[in-house]
Amino acid sequence: MRFMMIMIPAVSEEDWPSDPAEMAELPEFTAMGKYNDELNKAGVLLALDGLQPSSKGARVAFAGGKPSVTDGPFTEAKEVIGGYWLIQARSKEEAVEWASRCPANDGDVIEVRQVFEMSDFDGAA
Amino acid sequence: MGGRAPNRVDAGRAIEAVWRIESARVVGGLARIVHDVGWAEDLAQDALLAALEQWPQSGIPDNPGAWLMATAKHRAIDQLRRRQMAERRHDELGRRQERERSTSEVDLAAAADDDIGDDMLSLLFATCHPMLSAQARAALTLRLFGGLTTPEIARAFLVSEATVAQRVVRAKRTLAEARVPLEVPTGTELAPRLASVLEVIYLIFNEGYSATAGEDWMRPALCEDALRVGRILAQLLPAEPEVHGLVALMEIQASRSRARVGPNGEPVLLLDQDRSRWDRVLIRRGLQALARAEQLGMLGPYALQAAIAACHARAVTADQTDWGRIVALYDALAQISPSPVVELNRAVAVSMAYGPEAALELVDRLVDDNALGDYHLLPSVRADLLARLGRVDEARAELERAVTLTQNESERRMLHQRSADLE
Repeated sequence: MRFMMIMIPAVSEEDWPSDPAEMAELPEFTAMGKYNDELNKAGVLLALDGLQPSSKGARVAFAGGKPSVTDGPFTEAKEVIGGYWLIQARSKEEAVEWASRCPANDGDVIEVRQVFEMSDFDGAA
Repeated sequence: MGGRAPNRVDAGRAIEAVWRIESARVVGGLARIVHDVGWAEDLAQDALLAALEQWPQSGIPDNPGAWLMATAKHRAIDQLRRRQMAERRHDELGRRQERERSTSEVDLAAAADDDIGDDMLSLLFATCHPMLSAQARAALTLRLFGGLTTPEIARAFLVSEATVAQRVVRAKRTLAEARVPLEVPTGTELAPRLASVLEVIYLIFNEGYSATAGEDWMRPALCEDALRVGRILAQLLPAEPEVHGLVALMEIQASRSRARVGPNGEPVLLLDQDRSRWDRVLIRRGLQALARAEQLGMLGPYALQAAIAACHARAVTADQTDWGRIVALYDALAQISPSPVVELNRAVAVSMAYGPEAALELVDRLVDDNALGDYHLLPSVRADLLARLGRVDEARAELERAVTLTQNESERRMLHQRSADLE
């Protein structure tokens, strides 16, 4: 089974360093690097990515059958996604255990969601 | 000491998940202390029982692996001391125990936490020891290294729990009686012992890969278990090219699992598969692992098979397949790991790269050698080549022969279909 662990950080837009070199100097960065390494060494990490700050992003909202675009930062948004991991686990409990081991900061939230297998859709055929 | 409360009714499943993550490390570390895989596992299981009793109340500790290790070590030291006292009593009675290693030699202080990698490797080499049968190696490895439970292994291999339990018990006894040292093989020993490990991992993978749609999900889950063990091994032995080769092969084969079965449960041949269903995350991982193998030197049999699989993975559509390269890879594989099946696969590749006539010559040689006996794919391939050469009646005869050689229902259906399509 696969699970996506979606990082919803507590940090607000202003506090986010947008420069990767700056980011690398944060103590959290080394701890996170070590965590990612643990996932890799355990043979369960499939993929991961960090997302650039929402201030550089855009939102496409749909209303009346039409899309409308808003550039970041998204001041009204309660939750902004920071990144994700895609892992392999035999159960939701195992995925949750891995997420619990993340060296996250107070206020951070990791949402754990199982990935649909293509075969889950085939049953309907 | 507030631990993490398992927030679900079934705290047992949360703890089971912790076990799966920590098992190899804990059992491996204990095995180094007590020099016995069976004893190490008993101690680890005792620690797990303690966890199942205490953690629902106290919560999951911040470092569950360390808790399990400390609990088990405590028991180990206890038991070792009792054995030492028993030995002393025997000596006093003038009875000398023949022990290759007396417990006093065991370095209790060496229960240090460094060298975890070495402990895990030693454990894996032990559970995959060639003196054990393939089935025993698979069961023991999945239990001790993979952290699977006996019922899970039984479901995955379609045998009874009692059978699995027996295989594990006998395997542990065999290792103990043979006094298999718990260490990472070195020098000339390494290659054959590593080959045994890779063989077990691939056996587990193939058991999962062969599972048909609709079967117990724990069967195809074996592919993930094999991949997990393989990836761990690749981290522990990064300088071994065939480890990366095997991982690459498994990642790429697994990438096709969503495309291998049609809507009615029928198998779909690789060249007919919907490539949009191929898992690109696994393909990427497989190609990366293959690149690591290639960087380390000459490609071995697993890496070559992976390279062939990679040729397919890189082709966006079937007709973009680099068949010439596949032929060259089969040439190399035939050199270092020759077999009639490799020759047959090579013939198929030749037919795609150079046409059916050249391939038919190779296949006819295999028929003359009779090396493939009653393998139904031989007439099946010959039929395909004959059909492409317009020799329809001969093709039909070969397909009929192939049908008689296989019991597999879906294979037979496919062969009948091909015969019908020949009109």
